[in-house]
Amino acid sequence: MNANFSTFARAALYVVAGLGCLGNSPSATSASPMSNALPKSGSTYASAEIRALQADDASNPGMLWVADGQALWNEVAGSQAKSCAQCHVVAATSMKGVATRYPQIDKHATVPTLINLEGRVNFCRIRHQAAPTLAYESPALLALTAYVTHQSRGLVRRLTIDDESRAYLQRGAALYQQRMGQMNLACTHCHDQNAGKTLLAEKISEGHPNGYPIYRLEWQGVGSLHRRFRSCFAGVRAEPFAPGSDEYLALELYLALRAVGLAVETPAVRR
Amino acid sequence: MKNSNHLRISLSENAERMGAVGVTLLALAGCAAPARPNAPASPPDAITTPGDPSRGRDVVMGRDGNCLLCHAIPETGARFMGDLGPPLAGAGARLSAAQLRMRLIDPQRSNPDTIMPAYARIDGLTRVGKAWRGKPILGAQQIEDVVAYLGTLR
Repeated sequence: MNANFSTFARAALYVVAGLGCLGNSPSATSASPMSNALPKSGSTYASAEIRALQADDASNPGMLWVADGQALWNEVAGSQAKSCAQCHVVAATSMKGVATRYPQIDKHATVPTLINLEGRVNFCRIRHQAAPTLAYESPALLALTAYVTHQSRGLVRRLTIDDESRAYLQRGAALYQQRMGQMNLACTHCHDQNAGKTLLAEKISEGHPNGYPIYRLEWQGVGSLHRRFRSCFAGVRAEPFAPGSDEYLALELYLALRAVGLAVETPAVRR
Repeated sequence: MKNSNHLRISLSENAERMGAVGVTLLALAGCAAPARPNAPASPPDAITTPGDPSRGRDVVMGRDGNCLLCHAIPETGARFMGDLGPPLAGAGARLSAAQLRMRLIDPQRSNPDTIMPAYARIDGLTRVGKAWRGKPILGAQQIEDVVAYLGTLR
């Protein structure tokens, strides 16, 4: 396990170093996310009560969305009257580890495009089920992504950067370092420089995506990483980007780099 | 001095924003600002009275200032206080009113890496949300009140 962590962390460092060489964002290298220590999951900063809630499937409310996702997995959709299960059969085997590798470039598209798991589900619906796409943050898309990601729970996140994704990664790194909003703060100010410190009553986490879709008590529901971005943007009083936008996908890719080596916890629970 | 120049610039920009150069200066001199049609009784960028510590305390503890998100001020007796910024106990003994004001209006001038927002700044910002665009975090009077309150922390 430790060997795995350090290998991944080193790989991630190389990618970050590469970003600096390509060079339009000098600050991205000066605040290398891997410079101090191995990444720490957001659970580390949650209270004992919240961690207990997450650990017990019978009391983890996010498991309701996972159960809904399982039902949808077996339900036919679209003019082809196909279900996910008809192609992918048993999710526990076919989807095991899949979510650890997103976001990734969709190689089937005419123009290689970065997609996250939400994007993959929707491409599957268009291409194989001839079904309408599911809206971002809709209950069905949250349920399906929660179910698929849950099949990777306990598996370590990884990331492959190729020629097509490199530009997205740079863009994501630049966004992460960009001061924004009336508060004029960048992601790095809280999640690299001040993780573990207290904002009023809350511990600031390192901002890792390994628990999404996530159940937040403040939402009393499951939400996507992009919904969480929206909250952060509101926190610094910045104009948010649209869920599923290239900007958020690029940011998600950069977060995936920072989180290489962390185990998937979906559905995680937070305040 | 660079700092005092900056302060003067920022005051004259305030005045320009109000569309009447004299208003802020009059207000600074202690005169009441002339009423404008449909204008709030006390526009956010006008200074109508000298800084008042008890109003400043309300700004610090309330949602406008939100200072306790990051700073501990034991005197407030608040249940939750953050620790991203330094504790402010004794701030009034350590810093003059002028130094406190500088730290509020544009702390990145003295420390480009600080996470403390500039409470009087409205330009040079990126992607400010619609609801906040063109507005400083705190109005001029509020800043004077906060300076007065922080001065009492000794």
